[in-house]
Amino acid sequence: MKTSWLKTSIASLALLVASGAAVAEKASDTLRVAFTKELENVDSYFNSSREGVVLQRAVWDGLIYRDPITNEYKGNLATSWEWIDDITLEFKLREGVTFHNGEPFNADDVVYTVNFVAKEENGVKTQRNVNWMKSAEKIDDYTVRILLKEKFPAAIEFLSGPVSMYPNEYYAEVGPSGMGLKPVGTGPYKVVSVVPGQHFVLEKNENYHDSPKGNPEITNIDIRTIPDVNTQMAELFSGSLDLIWQVPTDQAEKLATMDQFTAMNESTMRVGYLAFDAAGRSGDTPLTDVRVRRAINHAINREELVGALLKGKSKVISTPCFPSQFGCVEEAAVSYDYDPDKARALLAEAGYPDGFEIEFYAYRDREYAEAIMSYLNAVGIKTDFKYLQYSALRELNMKGEVPLSFQTWGSYSINDASAMVSQFFKHGSLDTARDDQVLADLNIADSATDPDIRVEHYTAAIKRITNEAYWAPMFSYNTNYVFTKEVAYTPTADEVLRFATMSWN
Amino acid sequence: MLTFILKRLGLAVLVAFTVSFISFSLLFLAGDPAAALAGETASGEDIETLRRLYGFDRPMLVQYGDWLFSALRGDFGESYYFRLPVASLIAERLSVTMILGACGISFALLTAVPLGVAAAIRPNSIIDRVALFLSVAGQAMPSFWFGLILIVVFAIKLGWLPPSGASSAQHFIMPTIVLGYYAMPAIMRLTRAGMLDVLSSDYIRTARAKGAPEGRILFRHALRNAIIPVVSLAAVQMGFMLGGSIVVESIFALHGAGYLAWESIARNDLPTVQALILVFSMFYIVFTFLADVLNAWLDPRMRSS
Repeated sequence: MKTSWLKTSIASLALLVASGAAVAEKASDTLRVAFTKELENVDSYFNSSREGVVLQRAVWDGLIYRDPITNEYKGNLATSWEWIDDITLEFKLREGVTFHNGEPFNADDVVYTVNFVAKEENGVKTQRNVNWMKSAEKIDDYTVRILLKEKFPAAIEFLSGPVSMYPNEYYAEVGPSGMGLKPVGTGPYKVVSVVPGQHFVLEKNENYHDSPKGNPEITNIDIRTIPDVNTQMAELFSGSLDLIWQVPTDQAEKLATMDQFTAMNESTMRVGYLAFDAAGRSGDTPLTDVRVRRAINHAINREELVGALLKGKSKVISTPCFPSQFGCVEEAAVSYDYDPDKARALLAEAGYPDGFEIEFYAYRDREYAEAIMSYLNAVGIKTDFKYLQYSALRELNMKGEVPLSFQTWGSYSINDASAMVSQFFKHGSLDTARDDQVLADLNIADSATDPDIRVEHYTAAIKRITNEAYWAPMFSYNTNYVFTKEVAYTPTADEVLRFATMSWN
Repeated sequence: MLTFILKRLGLAVLVAFTVSFISFSLLFLAGDPAAALAGETASGEDIETLRRLYGFDRPMLVQYGDWLFSALRGDFGESYYFRLPVASLIAERLSVTMILGACGISFALLTAVPLGVAAAIRPNSIIDRVALFLSVAGQAMPSFWFGLILIVVFAIKLGWLPPSGASSAQHFIMPTIVLGYYAMPAIMRLTRAGMLDVLSSDYIRTARAKGAPEGRILFRHALRNAIIPVVSLAAVQMGFMLGGSIVVESIFALHGAGYLAWESIARNDLPTVQALILVFSMFYIVFTFLADVLNAWLDPRMRSS
């Protein structure tokens, strides 16, 4: 709310401030970073925010690591792994690794962590990240098995991302609240101090093992939560911050023209789309007619949205998933070109020559939703716009009371199509299509261990979803990183700040 | 007098709990607490699990009863969002807000009252015009804009003050000015109007006629009477500052109670919101009470009534 008033005002302010002297804290070897959101708990199993993922990757390690550039899986706390059968994974663990508190890392830590997070009563916040695991058992000190509830080929991807290993003795003693206040992991940075939600100080782990994450170069990382993006910019100008991220595009463009800053844009996995109530859960809506859904797909000029509003590395998306995800086959998708005449013709054919009126919901990026609305209005679809809090819209969605909405999904950076398409098309409470054929394909694709079979069935599901136009996929998101010239960093496409790969110029 | 005070306090507590019940119901209407808690990345199944784990599937009245019972025993529970005891969370955030509120109201009073008096002594003079200009500007200028202007000038251009944060006294200078300036115009206008009114009254003319010194007339006779409504207004403003300094806290990254309340509402963090509402309503009650006592001290006529 505030931010949008401010956006317009800061444009002129930024120009007022022709040249603030930026003196990075290179001398004290401290990189000062801003978070926008108050992080609820540093314990990575008890938060669901991007800021939490950033700290998780810095403080803890997983058994496996996925190289963000090549997407290749490499051993991290495990040196090797193999599938014993469809639901059993065996890991050989790395020896000689110690936690920040000196506790040695071994099979007991893996067993404790997995058994703790897999237990529903322990209340892990993002259940999806852990609820595919049943338990873990120790074979010997450095060999461990993870048992799955059922076949789940994306296990490797989850083990290389959100599932990190905790020290068993310490965690048993302090629990999630204690871990949040004084986190202990094996990662490239150890936590020196935490003021909940406000201030986090990290220090380089001098004993970091030979991890594919790389050895950290910058000694101290000082992270402050500054909710207002304009204040973040002021801090950057006055030299009291070195790096900000998630900077709105219009402001990043202005900062990019200034000599003392580097502004970089990188894609994220977040996809924006329109969801249609094709199953008719919200009552008798025109959207149950495939011609109407196709008409809407044709009515929206996605290229223009990307070029004028999202900019940067955003792309037009025609799949119900992010194209880098395993199984997200772009060629399988039926894409709909921008053709308002065809849209009008399809509407007329469906019995709506003069269009119709429909409720249109959104919960974020109001400007994008409004642009989409103007395309709909142009072909005769009148929109009754409702902009709600995220949780309120989510509730309506789960009850099936939303005919048409602008939604986004970030797949929690999981590079597997199951993290997106399977979330919404398997007849769960958020499934607006409820297509049995899609369900059958996704069931096979999600559980087959043969990658070719998975691809084949994701392809079939994507084809069906896009041909039936259950959604109108729109675009991928991007994010802007702005830092002083003293800092050397190349952002990755998964929107995770990696302190271990940052250095001073 | 004692029964009067006790009656008022009892009534105040009832008001506080009524407010808390209404806010509890409103939060339930505003959105699904389980969905808010699970965050944007959660799937529908995650949300169902959390709903069961946190007991959001129980009837709202039962949940409110639970909360009320614990709160009466002084246990405000754990924040759903931070997973920390609400009491310690609020205590920490409140200290920032109290410092800010105290500084803000002091700044407002110390600038507004002298300006108001000066403006009333010489109506339509240059001082009056300047005071009018300042108050119109203060009322018209949104705090987020004023805050940013101060940051641009004092933190970036001149480099005298830190742009944001709360780690030293210096950090509070700009927020104090922004918050205080917002409350200043009303206090100043009221002081000026009150003084003008009093200065034209009979007893001031009498005081002047008997040759009392002008300073004594102004401060002992006039201001003491003119200030009474100002005291009540300042009490309300103080309560407003403690609960409503959201914009200022957000711009200057102060992480106070106002910002916590704002964010907690968006997160449907029921225990935190409920406890904050109780605390804020208590503040209003205490400040209005203190204002009444102060007014009774200023005006003996009020003591008997």
